[in-house]
Order: sequence, then structure tokens, then C-alpha cells
Amino acid sequence: MSRCTHSHDQGQIHELVIKDLEVAYRTNTVLENINLQTHCGNSLALVGPNGAGKSTLLKAIAALIKPAKGSVTWSGEKNTQCRGGEFAYLPQHEEVNWDFPITVRGVVEMGRYSQLGPWKKFTADDNTAVEQALDLMEMNGELAERQISELSGGQKQRAFIARAVAQEAHVLLLDEPFTGLDRDHTANLTRLLRKLTKENRLVIASHHDVNTLADIFDHVLFLNRTVVAYGECQTILTEENLNLTFATTAHV
Amino acid sequence: MSELLEMLEMPFFRRALVAAALIGFTNGFVSGFVLLRRSSLALSALCHTMLPGIVIVVLITGVLNQAGAFIGALLASLIVGLGSIAVTRHTRLPQSTALAIFFTTAFALGVVLIPYAHTAQNLEEWLFGSILTVSDADLKVFFGIACFTLISSTLFMRPLLLTLFEPNIAAVQGVSVRWMNYLLYALMIFALMASFQAVGSILSIGLLVVPGAIVSLYTNQTRWLFWGGGVVGCLGAVLAVIISIPLNISAGPAIVLVLGVLFLIAYLGSPSYSPLKRSPKTNISNHTST
Repeated sequence: MSRCTHSHDQGQIHELVIKDLEVAYRTNTVLENINLQTHCGNSLALVGPNGAGKSTLLKAIAALIKPAKGSVTWSGEKNTQCRGGEFAYLPQHEEVNWDFPITVRGVVEMGRYSQLGPWKKFTADDNTAVEQALDLMEMNGELAERQISELSGGQKQRAFIARAVAQEAHVLLLDEPFTGLDRDHTANLTRLLRKLTKENRLVIASHHDVNTLADIFDHVLFLNRTVVAYGECQTILTEENLNLTFATTAHV
Repeated sequence: MSELLEMLEMPFFRRALVAAALIGFTNGFVSGFVLLRRSSLALSALCHTMLPGIVIVVLITGVLNQAGAFIGALLASLIVGLGSIAVTRHTRLPQSTALAIFFTTAFALGVVLIPYAHTAQNLEEWLFGSILTVSDADLKVFFGIACFTLISSTLFMRPLLLTLFEPNIAAVQGVSVRWMNYLLYALMIFALMASFQAVGSILSIGLLVVPGAIVSLYTNQTRWLFWGGGVVGCLGAVLAVIISIPLNISAGPAIVLVLGVLFLIAYLGSPSYSPLKRSPKTNISNHTST
């Protein structure tokens, strides 16, 4: 679906650069002055209180919303057409049509469409990618054949993560990927995100639990309508930064 | 039976059967998209809106034909559709409310204007359908609409499904969500245009909703909705035209009645959703469904 000039060999570094980003809904400015530079092989957590603009930032990176100001470039290109297939996006649950007559396997197969385009046939490789994604999220067997509304909250989440994985995207933008997961599946997803970053992919996810932050992600961006702090978890994850980020009343 | 064979001798009846098959198939096929889009209400608004569009074209041009009706219906639905979107954008009214205001107003306007439209044809036939009076030219139009529906939706099935399932993920996967939405609107409007001569502007929504709903009771595979809906719509419409003769009822309402009854049977016989099977023993399978 996309025509891009750059290649995606392992070892080649692709940068995601956000410059002076400002996003507004009507007259209400949600994000301003966002500057960020990261590259594939990293995992980055977006942390902040409700309404801090975490989901909005993910959507802006995914080019789902137009910034009022500033830019997001991936691999030096602003061209959003280039991102078809290279970006995978996990939305929050309420935005999905759960009554869709489709099985878990069907959802995961949809992930392959960005590589296949509208017409190419499913190959053995595509089926392998689907099977592997289902296996990784432990959604294989009977679960894979269920209609999606017959799943629990955590299973729904795993089905959509499996879809994003099957897409074999370069950049994974995940909105609260750990929501609804039990302890075992949280550990499982943690391992998966680690594996994906090791494969030289870029993982950006909004995250709620400050305690598990450093176990899962390398970098953190504390967000409250603008960047409060950004850097490696070890150096940035301080009491002071947490207070600065979550002290919403202090801004009023 | 002999009466039916006698009827088959009549060219107008054969035309009506072909028209029912084409219209039923097209609408049934598109009904899959309507179901996935969860837009039955908006469509109901759309087909009510076609009335004033057509009446106003008749008032201006003095004649009632396919092309004029199409343009009038299209313009009216565009005005109502875009108007409701504009109102939603600038107020806090939900779009369903804005749409309801616009389409009932438009429909009322149409009803008020009907007495002023004098044509050779009976305007009421356009409102409630006149499948027994279709011409060869009409059949060509229906055939063209059926071809457009099949070809465009087959070519773009994947991006269409991605868009319907979750437009945000679709956009990130590189689908032009906006163009897919235009295509969906075009498919629905064409299907309505076809059915509106068969069952009229008010009942046409039934033909465009029921077949897909019937199929959805029996499958978790998205792709079955379209061809399954097409077959159900086609068979239902043809059956209705045939039985309307001995029963001496109008063909248009007969089509929607037959589909309604089929839905009821399908609902009661559905292995997963039937209210008759919600007993503690969930695996009773006296009703085998196909």
C-alpha cells in the first residue's frame, strides 16, 4: 500500500523525531511543545495522569490526528503514506466494534492486510506470522475460533496485541497494552515487548503502573500536556518527576 | 401453479422477476456492509430523504424518470447528510438527533409537495414500489448497479473491512479511510436507488438491512455476510414476487414481508441466538440449520 524509499535491514537505525508538536481539539490545546527523539530498538513508556494527552500523542505519532503545529517524522520522512504497514496501532477497547462477526483468528489475519494490500493472496508466510502471533499471546486453539465478543477483557486485549504483532510492523504504538491482563499475561507481554525491541522494533506505549515501569521499558516520557521529563528510566524515574507530572492542581 | 406458468408467459412478469433477483441480490450484498457499519438508522433517514428530492425534481422538470429521480434523491440525501454533520460539528447534539431533525423535516416537505407534482406516472407507485411496471431500460440500470456493487466491493474488500472494523487501525495500516467511507456511501445509495423502485422509498430500508442480519445469525465469518446476504435477498425477493400474484397483494410490501418472516424463522432456528434454545441444556439440536 505504500511506496517508501528507505529499506528496513536489521542494524539500520530509523529515527522518530517529534518537533514542537502542538495538538488542539477545537480551541482546546491538548498537547504543546512536545519534542522527542528516539529510534528503533527502543521501548518508550508514556506516563501521566488522566487527560495528560497520552492517547493523543500516540494518535499524533500514528498520523491519525493532524497537529496544529510542529511535525512528526519517521526515518526522515513526514509522508504519512510511508507509514502504512510500518506502524501498528493498538486502540483502547471502547473504539472497537465487538459485534463484528469475526473470530480472533480473523482479527489477527487482518494485521497481515497492510503487507498484502487489497489483492495479494495469503501465503504460507502469512499463515505462519498469524500462528506465531496467536501463540505468543496464548490465543491459539479454541480461543482463536471464538467470536470476539465472547472474550474476556484481557483476552480481547491479547487478541488485538496479537494482531499488531502479526503485522510485523516497525513501530508499535500501544494505548494501555497492559489493561485487563492478569499477572501471568502481564509477565508474558513484558517478555514480548522486550523481544520486539530486541528485534530492532520501536515500541511506544502508554502505561499506568509506575512500579513496573523500569521492568518493561528502557525509556520513559513523563507527560502532562507537555513533556515534564524524558530519558532513560534509571535516571528519569525519580520522586520529583513523578510529583511534577501528577501534581495537576499545581498547574492551575 | 398453472396460473403461475401463465404469468410467466407475460413479459412484464418476467421483467419483474429479473428485477427482483437483481435488486434483491444487490441489496442483500450491501446489507452486510450496512450491518457492519451499524448505520441502519442513518440509512432509514437516507431513504426517507429521497422522497422530497424526487418530488422537487418532478416539480421542476415535470417528468418522472430514473435519471431525474436519481439526481434528486442524491442531492437531497447529500444535503441532509452534510447538514446533519455540520450541525453535529458545531453543536453538542448527537448526529442521530441532528439526522432525525433533518430527515423528518425533509420528508414532511416531500409529503406537502406531492399534490403539486402532476406527472403521467403515479407518484404513489414511486413511494411504495411498482416492480411490476419496470421497463427493459430499468433492468439495465439494475444490472449496472449490481455489477458496480460486486466489482467495487470485491476489489476493495480488505480495506473496506479494515475501515468498518476499526477505522483508526485501518488508517495506521495505510488504508484511505475517507475514500472507503465514500465508497460505502456510494454502495448504499446505489442499492437504495435500485430497491426504491421495487419496494418504494419507505420500505427500501428493509431490503437493505434484513438479508445481512439473517446471515449474521449463522456465521462468525465476515465474508459470508455479503454473498450470503445477496443470495437471501435474491431468493426472498423472487419468492415474494411469485407469491404476490396468487395472494393478490402488492409486490413491494410482499418483498419486505417475506424477508421479515424469513428473519423470524432464522432467529427462532439460529443455533447461537434462538430464544427457544436458551434452556439449561444448550446443546439441543432438534432444529438443524443450514
